[in-house]
Amino acid sequence: MTLNEKKNLRNGLLFISPWIIGFLMFTLYPIASSLYYSMTEYNIISEPIFVGLKNYIDLFFHDELFYTVLYNTLYMVVFGVTLTIVVTLAVSIVLNDKRLRGLSFFRVVFFIPTLVPTVILSILWIWLFQPENGLVNTVLSWFGINGPGWFASPTWSKPAFILMAIWCGGNYIIIFLAGLQDIPAELYEAAEIDGANLFDRIWHVTIPQMKPIILFNVISAIIKTLQSFAESFIITQGGPNNSTNFYSLYLYQNAFLYSKMGYASAMAWILLIITLVLTISLLRANGFGKAEQ
Amino acid sequence: MEAQIADSKKGKRKSLLALVCMYAVLIVLAAIYIVPFIWLISGSLKTSSELFANPPIWWPKVPQWKNYIDAINSFPFFLYLKNTLLIMGFNIIGVLLSNSLIAYGFSRIEWKGRDTIFIIVLITMMLPFQVVMVPLFLLFQKLGWIGSFLPMIVPSFFGNAFYIFLLRQFFVGRPNEISQSAKIDGANEFVIFYKIILPLAKPALTTVVIFTFLQSWNDFVGPLIFLTDNRLYTLSIGVQQIMSVNDPRWTLLMAIGVTMTIPVLIIFFVLQKYFIEGIAFSGIKG
Repeated sequence: MTLNEKKNLRNGLLFISPWIIGFLMFTLYPIASSLYYSMTEYNIISEPIFVGLKNYIDLFFHDELFYTVLYNTLYMVVFGVTLTIVVTLAVSIVLNDKRLRGLSFFRVVFFIPTLVPTVILSILWIWLFQPENGLVNTVLSWFGINGPGWFASPTWSKPAFILMAIWCGGNYIIIFLAGLQDIPAELYEAAEIDGANLFDRIWHVTIPQMKPIILFNVISAIIKTLQSFAESFIITQGGPNNSTNFYSLYLYQNAFLYSKMGYASAMAWILLIITLVLTISLLRANGFGKAEQ
Repeated sequence: MEAQIADSKKGKRKSLLALVCMYAVLIVLAAIYIVPFIWLISGSLKTSSELFANPPIWWPKVPQWKNYIDAINSFPFFLYLKNTLLIMGFNIIGVLLSNSLIAYGFSRIEWKGRDTIFIIVLITMMLPFQVVMVPLFLLFQKLGWIGSFLPMIVPSFFGNAFYIFLLRQFFVGRPNEISQSAKIDGANEFVIFYKIILPLAKPALTTVVIFTFLQSWNDFVGPLIFLTDNRLYTLSIGVQQIMSVNDPRWTLLMAIGVTMTIPVLIIFFVLQKYFIEGIAFSGIKG
């Protein structure tokens, strides 16, 4: 190492030192100690007692609710994320049309819901989804549809949360729009000369060109869904009938309601592994991480 | 020839029709996005019986502006506002100080292992908060921080992966020559950082400040877990508390909802460019 290289290394490390300290204290240490706690019984008041894999065994073999929350969360990942991404991508494609005037107006309209604080969002949607006189069911009744009980119905509570998530998908639209604007116009012109219709163009030009960005949004949405907690905590407290008890909510309840810190830590580690497996397999399946290695 | 003209006429008519359809769809969609806000505002001005009326009343007969005063008096609004702003102020300072330094170290200096460590930074973005939530709570408890603002403030002084990423991308894009010529003049890295790069980075720093503002204003999970003393509550958690009582006064809650949303909307409309660019940036360069 030359003198200059040494100096640069020292300076570089000096500049990033806040991150190094933060990473060790607020990320690495918690992850490591969470692994330890996950093998203990710990109620905060008395010292943790080492119990080996008991928490994991209990979760997988003695806790039916664990499977319920896993199912609920998976439901949100499969249907919620897919719908959110499809709808926001479709809206973005329409918004990106060159003939359209007022793009900035529509972009603002679709973005505004993401600005509303979660608590306020929850108040708002409780009222929109009121079974008796809520806005959603009122509009449905104009078309002769007898709207469901939404948050009060075990069947419709999850779809209600999905609709809410789509309404708050403005971030994805902004990111999609930025990506769409980067697609070279020649590609569309070439496709048009070849006689491609609108759907051909979307399917054979837009989607392939947008693949990395779609992937980015899908992964962000999955991570967000796996962590989602505040809305169900505020609106339904996991009910009715545990139909909206999601993974992160159950984890929170175990930790801070039942003071089962060890149990919650085991859940945290399983969540970490689920997140990593989902993200990495999505990246791999789309050819990322191979060429760059 | 004639057939061609007819064809192109037909094509034009077809595309005009498509355009009209597109507008129709967009306007319906825009309505779906806007009407809930109107519902919130109208709800905040109703009397309780108007709010519960079935079929629903679209707009109150006499707008109950008093709801807003009652709402603010129904809980320690100004105390919670002060707490929220205090946490936000420290977060903005911490985020600006730490992330600009860190991003500089990851972009403007060449050192061995830099890009490997940067990948670790990116990986931490995937980490669900729930994974570190319990140990962090226990750590803060051992440190005696629970019952103070420290758990909400201190971590922001130690970097945030997303902001590091955002600022780094911006720093990378500045030409190398500006650093080189300053170095020839004898400036050290810190001087270059402070005197040259930071002033250039104002737009990116503004984006970071806006996101931090939004994050602190909206944060729910952090205060829920770490602020156990109700004198330390932020607005979000305070509102949730009055919501969770039996039979809450919904019109007042909606008035608080409007009150809490308006500042964010104002900031958004004034600084729209930075919002949109910051978010678009994260997806494109990712």
